[in-house]
Amino acid sequence: MRTVNTREIGDCVYRLALRAGRTLTESCRAALREAERREEGAARFALRTVLENEVCAICEKMPVCQDTGMAVVLLEIGQEIFLEGAPLAEAVNDGVRRAYSDGNFRKSVCDPLTRKNTGDNTPACLHVELVGGSAISVTFLPKGFGSENMSALKMLSPAEGEEGVLRFITETVEKAGSRPCPPVYVGVGLGGSFDSCAFLAKKALTREVGSRNPRADVARLEEEALKRVNALGIGAQGFGGKVTALGVSCEIAPTHIAGLPVAVNLQCHCIRCEKEVL
Amino acid sequence: MKKLRLPLTAEDIASLHAGDAVLLSGTVYTARDCAHKRLFELLDNRKPLPFPLENAVIYYAGPCPAPEGKACGSCGPTTSARMETFAPRLLDLGLGGMIGKGEMNEETAKALVRNKKVYFAAIGGAGAICGNAVQSMRCVAFPDLLSEAVYEMQMKDLPLVVAMDCFGESIYRRN
Repeated sequence: MRTVNTREIGDCVYRLALRAGRTLTESCRAALREAERREEGAARFALRTVLENEVCAICEKMPVCQDTGMAVVLLEIGQEIFLEGAPLAEAVNDGVRRAYSDGNFRKSVCDPLTRKNTGDNTPACLHVELVGGSAISVTFLPKGFGSENMSALKMLSPAEGEEGVLRFITETVEKAGSRPCPPVYVGVGLGGSFDSCAFLAKKALTREVGSRNPRADVARLEEEALKRVNALGIGAQGFGGKVTALGVSCEIAPTHIAGLPVAVNLQCHCIRCEKEVL
Repeated sequence: MKKLRLPLTAEDIASLHAGDAVLLSGTVYTARDCAHKRLFELLDNRKPLPFPLENAVIYYAGPCPAPEGKACGSCGPTTSARMETFAPRLLDLGLGGMIGKGEMNEETAKALVRNKKVYFAAIGGAGAICGNAVQSMRCVAFPDLLSEAVYEMQMKDLPLVVAMDCFGESIYRRN
């Protein structure tokens, strides 16, 4: 059996958080470049500024966006591993705390009622899955709230079917309009229960922009949703244009015979997501 | 690109149309949700505001901490729609304009026309470029709110787009 000290996981979270705050994912950068080529006027100006901004962030060692987000951490832990050291959540929070301090990231986490800031961007939203084997895969997704605020979940009736799903995705992006920093990345969760559906949508956002679900019918749904969303004409920053979304990713799971849950988790154009396998 | 210096003159404002890209320099004050709530409490209790409202420009933003040797950290705009409930009253009391991101409601559009003021969109997600435009900053109110406090910032060439102008036009209006 492999033994891992949770400190190693905390250190990994620290590394990934620092990197994520300062850089866009490669697939995001490529999609933004492509969008810049397709747009004109104010939308093009916005996209060009966003691309220049990443260069500026790297040179000046500043985060790309001041909203360095809530720290969403996904851990897949091989069940043949014995974890020793501090409790796992504590180790993860320690990595977040150090990264947000050393990286000059904004501390954006507060009590929902009193609005008092926790001061160090903890706690992280930690999701742990036990999987086979003896590896640990760590994913860090700093999630900004301009886009998180415009996300939505709906329990559709099974009769509404695929068309209902497509309509809800399009409606959610339309209602969000200019607010979530378009062009957005649309994460869709399909099926499961109320809670697991939302998590599927979040998980979809950790996929590369432009990747397709291995299931052919889900991949077709992703493509159709992208087409409909881009027909809305919202464009970069809501300035109008052809590219309202950089991509749509959908994750699917079996659900109850009485239900069709759909979750739409919006991600702004600053897609920051880092992964590492320990 | 057109360069502007705050405070804007009536001529400056009349020359700005939704969709124009500009570089803005001068003094702005940051304020987000919590700071607006407190500013309104002060107004309701007839107490003085921490900065003169007359012709002041509010930037809907909360900066990251400044790296060593820099005036300010990453500092792009936040979603303006959350401040819609506050903007019309502040404009009627003399506010010189706002900077943020995303559409604002019809009440705000009317208040901009009524008071001949402008709402600018900074580029959301361009936090490093916006933060780099800050030449100096100081906290003028509510330091306990940390990044949500009110900061007075001296901007140099902040890249903006005129989002809603004094003629009632909006870049967000889609046909």
